[in-house]
Amino acid sequence: MIEVDMMKKVQVREQDPKVRATNFDEVCLGYNEEEAMAESTRCLNCKNPKCVEGCPVSINIPGFIQKVKSGEFKEAADIIAESSALPAICGRVCPQESQCEGKCIRGIKGESVSIGKLERFTADWAREHGIKPEVKAEKKGKKVAVIGSGPSGLTCAGDLAKMGYDVTIFEALHKAGGVLVYGIPEFRLPKDAVVQPEIENVKALGVKIETDVVIGKSVTIDELLEEEGFDAVFVGSGAGLPKFMGIPGEQALGVFSANEFLTRNNLMKAYRDDYDTPIARGKKVVVVGGGNVAMDAARTALRLGAEVHVVYRRSEAELPARVEEVHHAKEEGIIFDLLQNPVEILEDDKGWVKGIRIIKMELGEPDESGRRRPVEVPGSEYEIECDTVIMSLGTSPNPLISSTTKGLEINRRKCIVADEASGATSKSGVYAGGDAVTGAATVILAMGAGKAAAKGIDEFLSK
Amino acid sequence: MFKIIKAEKLAENIYSMIIEAPRIAKSCEPGQFVIVRADEEAERIPLTICDYDRSAGTVTIVTQVVGASSLKIVGLKTGDCLADITGPLGRPSDFIDEDIEEVKKRNYLFVAGGLGAAPVYPQVKWMKEHGVSFDVIVGTKTKDTLIMEREMEEVAGDHLFITTDDGSYKRHGMVTVVMEDLIKEGRKYDVCVAIGPMIMMKFAAKTSLSNGIPTIVSMNPIMVDGTGMCGACRLVVGDEVKFACVDGPEFDASKVDFDGAMKRMALYKTEEGRAFLKEKEGLTHKGNCGNC
Ligand SMILES: Cc1cc2nc3c(=O)[nH]c(=O)nc-3n(C[C@H](O)[C@H](O)[C@H](O)COP(=O)(O)OP(=O)(O)OC[C@H]3O[C@@H](n4cnc5c(N)ncnc54)[C@H](O)[C@@H]3O)c2cc1C
Ligand code: FES
Repeated sequence: MIEVDMMKKVQVREQDPKVRATNFDEVCLGYNEEEAMAESTRCLNCKNPKCVEGCPVSINIPGFIQKVKSGEFKEAADIIAESSALPAICGRVCPQESQCEGKCIRGIKGESVSIGKLERFTADWAREHGIKPEVKAEKKGKKVAVIGSGPSGLTCAGDLAKMGYDVTIFEALHKAGGVLVYGIPEFRLPKDAVVQPEIENVKALGVKIETDVVIGKSVTIDELLEEEGFDAVFVGSGAGLPKFMGIPGEQALGVFSANEFLTRNNLMKAYRDDYDTPIARGKKVVVVGGGNVAMDAARTALRLGAEVHVVYRRSEAELPARVEEVHHAKEEGIIFDLLQNPVEILEDDKGWVKGIRIIKMELGEPDESGRRRPVEVPGSEYEIECDTVIMSLGTSPNPLISSTTKGLEINRRKCIVADEASGATSKSGVYAGGDAVTGAATVILAMGAGKAAAKGIDEFLSK
Repeated sequence: MFKIIKAEKLAENIYSMIIEAPRIAKSCEPGQFVIVRADEEAERIPLTICDYDRSAGTVTIVTQVVGASSLKIVGLKTGDCLADITGPLGRPSDFIDEDIEEVKKRNYLFVAGGLGAAPVYPQVKWMKEHGVSFDVIVGTKTKDTLIMEREMEEVAGDHLFITTDDGSYKRHGMVTVVMEDLIKEGRKYDVCVAIGPMIMMKFAAKTSLSNGIPTIVSMNPIMVDGTGMCGACRLVVGDEVKFACVDGPEFDASKVDFDGAMKRMALYKTEEGRAFLKEKEGLTHKGNCGNC
């Protein structure tokens, strides 16, 4: 029997930091049945559960946890499946601390219930026991095209298929999954073990996936509607365009966007011997930025053998990354250079990076985002030696689709304008959601938007 | 999976393939390219669309062996399949979207160096189909490395000028020599399109620009996705950083920083660079340098 301290989460097993810093296996090992049942006894089963309010897709959290408590794991999985199509993924990558767990009553005096880990346990148990989603809907005889196979596209496609629509996903890359396969690394989200089965589940609902199709280039949205017989389109094309700083030396060899670095390693598996992909493995790597993407790039570079510094212009409290990732990164030996900002990248005579010049910052008045604005400390510049710089400054939506679709309105941040409740855009029959609408956000928000748009599309096509 | 209808050797280390890819065949235009992956473990590599047949739903690509992944592509035979081909990527050549009456008033000079004959071919074919006048210079090291002579001759007739660096076939000398010759003969050009190795484009552009001819070149930096997602293909054009895969691949030669671009490429294309790369990539170096 596990003894449970009601103030504290049942500890989850993790790979030792020293060991995992040298491999790409998953860091967190998750709960086993006994641990999950023990943790679930901490849930107060509130009448008016705050956690559900904190969940962007309103999973019946106390409901599934009660089933875990009584060992009815399949029933627990069924309850989650009512609201979420990708629970094994969300259990691993959602920022629970600011969502469900952030609202948990237990969290007022002690630690919140470990909702994310229980969700992950339930989803993993269901997958390992071969439980598949059921399809019972009658065919509607209508075709919907979904652009992009990230969480928003997969969710929208899955929901529409369950309603009886004939759905095809078009994906630009050679593999489905969006950021789940090209961005988030194996050690946080295993591809073959976790992501692929979730994609297979969506296919099992009858969804077709056509990879290697770049909408706006291979075929346009207007052609899909007018020539290929689609009755509606959902755009879930994400926010994939990387930003650079515009500082001197940024064209030097050895400067990468986090997207390139992560794509080479995750999608194209540079870290594995059986793949042809090369990657520059620096000896000393500077990652610029403080989000999840920066943490992933830093921890990947570390695993490829580098000493890694994360340079971020605000302080620790403002790091936008999930708390768990920052904690893991520190445990693994990533060095955080906070309140600092690069001003120039220095190159050697061959054009390769040899260092970076950095200026110290201090926090001034709050800006429009409510966070205190970092301002430069005059005369505080210094240089550090490094051979690789990875820019992780955020991403924005790719204009490829908006610029090739007549009558699709975008805002000044290049995001597609869409109604939050239904996903409807300015163009009839075209719906959108996820990062393409919000700018870079989270997996669960993208899923929520995919769900809302599926409902919106169903209403539109049922008229 | 995309079926190879026909695979053929054009010259030592250079192969052409006709691929069944109906979506690409339907929408591609001269100037655009594709990204190809031979199999599950291969890299994504950008290749020019050298020809297309809309009704048959096929595109033709030409590959030169430089490393492991291109070696895999050329190892495939008629009837085999490519794991992936994506496209068409990049912007079509400027003349595609211009007023055809304006384009018809011009005389074009196409300059192709080595493998550059492949991307130049669909452009001259388009010129011919649309009744636009042009000359085309095809330069290559030696007779044995010349590709697509018959195809070029069919569309260009006596507007085709072939030259070899070593004089082993037709004219003798670099493409720039032929450019000077044609200009000296009194031929007038309104636009020059030069495609080939970076160093050849740099000097061809110097020649045409110094003769007052606006010049377009096609850049081929390292690419990963080809959709604007990674920035691997970034170049400085004018004062701006551009992504060759979405903003190009064709750019105004007067604004291109050839030396900067060559520096980025040197890593992959020179002996010294490759050795350096091998050290940088450590265990992930998998022979793409073409040296091991
Ligand atoms: C490295 C990294 C780490 C992250 N970590 C977390 C995390 O821990 N927790 C969290 O909640 N969120 C995280 N995020 C954010 C999260 O992944 C995204 O918010 C989410 O994936 C957005 O989903 P989406 O469906 O809108 O788009 P994406 O997942 O971006 O999918 C879009 C898909 O559309 C395809 N596409 C784009 N254009 C076209 C086109 N023209 N034609 C066809 N297909 C196209 C793309 O190739 C892509 O596959 C992370 C992001 C990154 C990059
Ligand atoms: S190849 Fe990735 S942005 Fe151009």
